[in-house]
Amino acid sequence: MAEKRLRILVAKPGLDGHDRGAKIIARALRDGGFEVIYTGLHQTPEMIAEAAVQEDVDAVGLSILSGAHMTLFPEVIRLLTERGAGDVSVFGGGIIPDEDSSKLKTLGVKQVFTPGASTEDIVKWVRENVQPRD
Amino acid sequence: MSTKQEWLEKVYKRGTERPVRFSTLSDMEVEPLYTPEDVKGDYATDLGQPGEYPYTRGVYESMYRGRLWTMRQFAGFGLAEDTNERFRFLLAQGQDGLSTAFDMPTLMGYDADHERSIGEVGREGVNVTSIHDVARLFDQIPMGKVSTSMTVNCSASALLAMYLVQAERTGVPWNQVNGTIQNDMLKEFTAQKEWICPPAPSLRIVTDMVEFCAKKAPRFHPVSISGYHIREAGSTAVQELAFTIADGLCYVQDAVGRGIDVDDFAPQLSFFWDLHSDFLEEIAKLRAGRRMWARYMKERFGAKNPKSMMLRTHAQTAGVSLTAQQPMNNIVRVAIQALAGVLGGVQSLHTNSMDETLALPTEQSVMVALRTQQIIAEETGVTNTIDPLGGGYAIEALTDRMEREATEYINKIDEMGGMLKAIEVGYPQREIAESAFLYQRQLEQGVKTVVGVNKYSIPEEIPIEVLKIDPLMEERQIQRVRKMKRERNSTALKEALKRVAEACRSGENLMGPICEAVRHDATVGEISDIYRAEFGVYKDPGWI
Repeated sequence: MAEKRLRILVAKPGLDGHDRGAKIIARALRDGGFEVIYTGLHQTPEMIAEAAVQEDVDAVGLSILSGAHMTLFPEVIRLLTERGAGDVSVFGGGIIPDEDSSKLKTLGVKQVFTPGASTEDIVKWVRENVQPRD
Repeated sequence: MSTKQEWLEKVYKRGTERPVRFSTLSDMEVEPLYTPEDVKGDYATDLGQPGEYPYTRGVYESMYRGRLWTMRQFAGFGLAEDTNERFRFLLAQGQDGLSTAFDMPTLMGYDADHERSIGEVGREGVNVTSIHDVARLFDQIPMGKVSTSMTVNCSASALLAMYLVQAERTGVPWNQVNGTIQNDMLKEFTAQKEWICPPAPSLRIVTDMVEFCAKKAPRFHPVSISGYHIREAGSTAVQELAFTIADGLCYVQDAVGRGIDVDDFAPQLSFFWDLHSDFLEEIAKLRAGRRMWARYMKERFGAKNPKSMMLRTHAQTAGVSLTAQQPMNNIVRVAIQALAGVLGGVQSLHTNSMDETLALPTEQSVMVALRTQQIIAEETGVTNTIDPLGGGYAIEALTDRMEREATEYINKIDEMGGMLKAIEVGYPQREIAESAFLYQRQLEQGVKTVVGVNKYSIPEEIPIEVLKIDPLMEERQIQRVRKMKRERNSTALKEALKRVAEACRSGENLMGPICEAVRHDATVGEISDIYRAEFGVYKDPGWI
C-alpha cells in the first residue's frame, strides 16, 4: 500500500518580493514526491496559519529574507497552536544569522536552512524529519 | 592558413579539452575560437563610432575620457537621519551621486504605523512615511546640485511628489531637479514583486509620471527600465536583455499612445542592468542592449532626437553572486563585475559590499566597494580608450548572438500583444523561474561552480562584523508618524486626498493632485490606500 504523501505548505511571509528561493524549494519538494502548496508572496502570519489549517498540511516551510525572521517564525507557530495545529512542523530558510538560528530552534522551529543549503539537503531533511499528522 | 572549420577539425582536435561544459553563466555554449568568419556585421551599420547610431561602442563621443561614470552607492537604513549621515559620509568620500534604498513598508505603500510594517521599519532601507522624512533625508544636501536616485516603484508617485515639493521648499525649482526614480512597474510583476494594484493601472500611473516629468521636471528621469531584478530573480542574460527592452518598448508605446511626441520624453528614459560574473557575456549584453534600443526607437517609434535612441544606464554588480561563505571573496567578484560594467560602457555604477548577503553593509565595507570603482577608474588604464574590446572576434560574435536571441523573445512578446499582456498571462514570470531552477540544478550537480560554496569550501568560517540596526528605531518612527498625523490639518488633507481619488477615476494626470496632497502631509500609505480602493489590489498568482 502506498504511503500517504506528505503535504507541505511553502510560505513567503513579509513584504519583500524575494521569491526565487521559495519557488525553487517548492518545485524541488514537488519533484521529491511531496504535495506542495505555495502561498505566493506577501503573506501575513494569520494568512499562513489559516492556509496550513485549510490545506491540512504536515509541515510549513517559511522563506524569509527581510530580516524579520525573529518576529515572523514565532508568530506563525503561535497562531498554528492557537488553531489546534501545533503539531505541524515549522521549518524555514533565508538570510538568518547563526545566533538567531539557535534561538529560533528553542522557540520551536524544527530546522533553519541558510545560504548554500542545497535543495537535496532540504528534501532529505523533510523526508527524514516530518511526520504525517493523524 | 586554414579556415575556422579546418582548424577545428584538424588542429584543435589534436589538443586536449578539460572535461567541463564550456558555457557562459547563463549556459550559452561558447566556441573554442572566434575568428573574422564569426563577425558578419558591418562596422558602420552594426557598430558605428562612439556617440553615433546605433551606439554599440558607446553613447557619448568621448566616453570616460570626457567624464568618468557616476559612482553611486545605494544606501539607506533606519530613520531618515541615519541615512542622511551615510549620504554625507559617501559624498565626503568622493562619491558624486546619491541612491536611496527604502525599507519594505515604504516600498509596498504602508506607513510606519501600519500593522503590516511591524518588524520591517528601517530594516532593509530607510523608512519614509511623509514629506518630513524626505526633509530629514536630504538635510544639508543641495537638492539642485546632487543628483539622487530613488529605488521605489509601486509607491513611486508619492515619493516623487515628496521629493519635488521638498526641493521647491528649499528654493530649488523643479526644472533644476536632477535625479532618477526607478518606477519600473512591469519588472515588478516579473521579478522584484513589489506592487499595489494590477498591471494595467500600474502602467497608467507610470505613464502619468513620464508625462508629468516631461512637462514639469524635464531633467528628472521618470523611469529606470531595469533588468537588474529580472536577472537577480534568476533569468539568463538574454532574458534580462529581452524582457527589459520589451518593458521599455511597452512604456514608450503607452506614452506615445496618449499622443505625447516620442522625442519629448524618451531622452529622459534610462536603464539599469545587472553585472553578473560571466565577464564576456555581460560586456556583450551591455553592447547589444545599446544597439537594440537605438534600432527600436528609430525604426519602431520614428524617434528623431538622437538622445531618444541612446541607452544610458546605471548598473550594479550582482547581489545574487555574493556568498555568505568566505565573504572576503566577494570583493574580488565585485571588482571583476564592475570592470565588465566599465568595459561595457555604463554611465553610473554601484558596487556591492562584501557583507551584503549577511546584512546591510558597514561603513568600512562600503568604502572598499567605492574604492574598487576608484581603482578601476584611476589605476587600471581601461578608461584611456573607448570600448577597448570592440572589434574583438569573441565579443562581437557574442554581442550579435545576444541581440539575435533577445530579439526572438521580443518578437514572441509582440505576438502576445506586448509586455503588459505577456505579464498578465505569466509568460516572463515562468521563463525566469525555469531558468532559476535550471541554474540551481546545475550548481547542485557541480556543472557550475561557486567558489567557497560548492567547491573550495572550508569547515570553519571566521565571522565578520556586520551592521546592527537599533531595535528601538522602529518605535521611535511609529511615535513620530502618529504625532505628525495628530497635528496636521486634517480638513485640507481630506480634501486633497479626495482630489487624488477623483483623478484616479477621471483619468486626469495623478501627479498634480498628489503633489498637492503631500503639501498637506499626505503619507505614502494614504496615497497607496487610494490606489487600493480605486484600482484594486494585485495578488500573487503564486506560479511555480
